[in-house]
Amino acid sequence: MDLNALANSTGEWLRASGPESDIVMSSRIRLARNLAEFPFISRATDQDRNEIERQLRERILQIQSSGQLQYINVSELEGIDRQFLVERQLISREHAESHGARGVAIDGREQISLMINEEDHLRIQCMHSGLDLAAAWEQINQIDDLIEERVTYAFHPRLGYLTACPTNVGTGVRVSVMLHLPALVITKQIEKVFRSLQKISLAVRGLYGEGSQAMGDFYQISNQITLGRTELDLVQQVGDVVPVLIDYERRAREFLVREKHETLHDQVSRAYGILRTAQTISSEETMHLLSRVRMGVNLGLIPDLAIPDLNELFIHTQPAHLQKLRGVELDTEDRNIERARYLRSHLNKPDGHGAEHN
Amino acid sequence: MKCQKCDKPATFHITELEKGKHQQELHLCEEHARLYLTQTEPEPGSQPTLAGALAQQLAVGQTAEELEKLDKKACPVCGITFFEFRNQGRLGCPHDYIFFEKELEPLIANIHGETAHVGKRPHRYAGGTAHKTELIRMRREMKEAISEENYERASRLRDEIRRVEEQTQQSPPE
Repeated sequence: MDLNALANSTGEWLRASGPESDIVMSSRIRLARNLAEFPFISRATDQDRNEIERQLRERILQIQSSGQLQYINVSELEGIDRQFLVERQLISREHAESHGARGVAIDGREQISLMINEEDHLRIQCMHSGLDLAAAWEQINQIDDLIEERVTYAFHPRLGYLTACPTNVGTGVRVSVMLHLPALVITKQIEKVFRSLQKISLAVRGLYGEGSQAMGDFYQISNQITLGRTELDLVQQVGDVVPVLIDYERRAREFLVREKHETLHDQVSRAYGILRTAQTISSEETMHLLSRVRMGVNLGLIPDLAIPDLNELFIHTQPAHLQKLRGVELDTEDRNIERARYLRSHLNKPDGHGAEHN
Repeated sequence: MKCQKCDKPATFHITELEKGKHQQELHLCEEHARLYLTQTEPEPGSQPTLAGALAQQLAVGQTAEELEKLDKKACPVCGITFFEFRNQGRLGCPHDYIFFEKELEPLIANIHGETAHVGKRPHRYAGGTAHKTELIRMRREMKEAISEENYERASRLRDEIRRVEEQTQQSPPE
């Protein structure tokens, strides 16, 4: 697969085409699976890893009827390319930083990713735009069935699918939804949300960009329990809580519009102003400002910008993407300059987009 | 990125939002993240930690000697000891769920609140799985035999591995 071509394209999940995509960035489901005849990764020898990689690669590539899956040998990639796949959410950070034989199969729309030799032998992931868990489940279940016809998964009649970590045993399912919740952050209600979600066994994670820096106001909600409930129950549990959070965020936005309109409009406009004029800007500041602008666009405060373009800027201003797009390796300082240049060129387009905003 | 409390990779990234303060960011491994979250959420009935569940289970009616003995218990298939599992939080092979069943049961019940799978089942497994687990053991033993330069044993194991591989490949899906 040509990663340079991939850098210029946009994955399906960034297109903001799914339901509720003003607040829900993406819906993702993953399945953890292991082959019955090999040790888990922590006890696998290099030879085991090679053999697991070979068998799964061959069998995964057999299932594609129209050649839609492309395989990337992650162990042979340069660090920057691995980082690029992490930013794209096609592989996990752990998979990128691991060692030995490993790879990933990806479809052209970037909805499907099959990671070989991550924490488990196989991690199947399906990601859709907006709140669309049912479609993601249908797709991932089909892929799982097709692979299962060709391999023997480690399975226990009582415990279900056996995984390297007992926290995934049973269904091996992790259902997660990534939400953009800036108004809950501004109104300082996000903590309350965290607490109530933990009480019903849902996990909340912030999303991160470069190094340790926070990725502006994006939170991922997912199930913690994987055993004793059906896959559809788990999909439903996460799916049921999302409309509540969307409603909560919308109310917080309405409150800000009603009670703090000038402050809000000022924050959004200043954020937009900095992004369009800065000469050097860090990843962290970019995320923070893009988050404010994204909310401003959704509230109609910035009329000439589209959400998919903003979603793309979130990804394209990440370190590895910037370097892939530019075609050279850059140190932090040069990346900050390049990031500012990239933002200026995309937010001050000559056709008038962005340029006339005041 | 490493966990802020140990040398394991940080897989949990927590943003702490406190009134009147800047956002505090924490990067922790699974064990420390769970510990941290339960510490900040000390309500009864909240999800216990993986480490906490283990500690609790180990503390009940066991002497130091018993604990030491338990930690040395090693899976005959993959060779992982219970101590290694406790340390890294990852099991070594599918057979561990059977070999350490007594030790894992309370842990699994603590994590999930349940001990029986009710979801999807693969169309083929069961009978074939026992043979396949045997393969893990034989491959490990062959590797050990080679490293001990016991080539006679290694070649016997190699033949046996081939036989089981052929057998499992021929058996129809269950």
